[in-house]
Amino acid sequence: MGATVAELIQAVEAADSKGAMALAVHQLAATQDAAAIPTLITVLGYNNPGAAVAAVEGLASLGSVAVPALLEQIDGYNYGARAWAIRALALIGDPRALPVLLETAKGDFALSVRRAAARGLGTIDWTRLTPDQAAASQAEVLEVLTQATTDPEWVVRYAAIAALQTLAKGLVKADPTPILNALQQVFQQDETPAVQARARLALDTLAAPR
Amino acid sequence: MEQESQPPIQAGGEPLTVEQALANLRQTVDTGLRYYAAWWLGRFRVSEPAAVEALVAALEDEADRAPDGGYPLRRNAARALGKLGDRRVVPALIQCLDCDDYYVRESAAQALEALGDPQPISALRALLAGGVVAAVGVPGKPHLVQPYNAVLEALGSLGATEAIPEITPFLEHEVAQVQNAAARALYQLTGDTTYCDRLMERLQEPNLQLRRSAMMDLGAIGYLPAAGAIAATLAENSLKLIALQGVLESHLRQSGFPHGGLTDEARQVLVLMDDLL
Repeated sequence: MGATVAELIQAVEAADSKGAMALAVHQLAATQDAAAIPTLITVLGYNNPGAAVAAVEGLASLGSVAVPALLEQIDGYNYGARAWAIRALALIGDPRALPVLLETAKGDFALSVRRAAARGLGTIDWTRLTPDQAAASQAEVLEVLTQATTDPEWVVRYAAIAALQTLAKGLVKADPTPILNALQQVFQQDETPAVQARARLALDTLAAPR
Repeated sequence: MEQESQPPIQAGGEPLTVEQALANLRQTVDTGLRYYAAWWLGRFRVSEPAAVEALVAALEDEADRAPDGGYPLRRNAARALGKLGDRRVVPALIQCLDCDDYYVRESAAQALEALGDPQPISALRALLAGGVVAAVGVPGKPHLVQPYNAVLEALGSLGATEAIPEITPFLEHEVAQVQNAAARALYQLTGDTTYCDRLMERLQEPNLQLRRSAMMDLGAIGYLPAAGAIAATLAENSLKLIALQGVLESHLRQSGFPHGGLTDEARQVLVLMDDLL
């Protein structure tokens, strides 16, 4: 049967081509073993998209246990690694990532990173916070996502709308009316039909009986 | 990391105003400032007459020359004019189809496609002269003698049904991207979906560039049955989202959105897009 985690980590370190690296990372990620986390995070900085996708999937499937190491990585200088780390955090949905997702959705210069961060703000697992903490964070998320519905890039606006839809369902104490108003405004005024359509879908979904 | 076009950073980092961009484009001392200003006016869709006029003037620039003899400012000015939607520039862009610089001809063909005016059809057809036999590579350059992709795509988008006999042989051109462009144009001109099936097959190619190209073609022609295949192909999420946007918006136009609400098909495409964010 299969190799040990240590052997799989070694295989990643020894990989001599982009394809071999991607395959080795995929196999390491599939172990879902926390011992793989540092190696998976290192791979995010290798400028090898195939390997990075596999590493992000592996980190996302590990969930919260990977969050502290990912948050440390965000402080690093490697820009590419930072973008992938945001993507992994967005998939995990751990509230400890909130500050970095908020900051990134507000002001990262790369649209694909703003897009991933906005989406991540919509997938936070609010049950991991006390109701008071959740309510305070949700107010902040609402403000940033509403701002993101006016981003110059259509795909960031699109991601913000998708996130507002899930936020509206998970609201702890707040009234969803501001969200519905923001969605209505996008539906009526956005210049990009795909974005208007996403707002329509959100409004239809939120209006449907639960 | 995924590909995306980063705006070049302005020296000094100051944001431009329309007035400053126009002044930068009109001055002739700093070619870098002019080049950036032309891009900026297109990016921010500054369609006021002064901007259009300055960009048209830039199509005849002689000062900014690339090491290969090309005209970087003309290329950027043509691209920008394609984004501004002012059809009065069509004759000036048609002139650019005769420029010595391949990339100026390519930018002009793309801009003419975007403007949607049928006037350039005969000038575009002229670039197909000699057919596939003449459509060979330029020695030492990464491109063919003419920007066939852009020309074929423009003829398809502009509804040039009279060009079908000239376009059809390009389905057999040796460059796969040129075949794709021909298939895309012929679908637009005939409505025959077998041309789209050829593009769908390309989504399974081992070559990433080919998958990207076919995906963007399917998005550009808005072929709804391709949505699932686009979402599933191995390529960057950013590009898949753009292709799916094309498919979705084409369907939205046909289904009378926003007045008629969302169809089930539109909802399905939106679900695919959500998974790619």
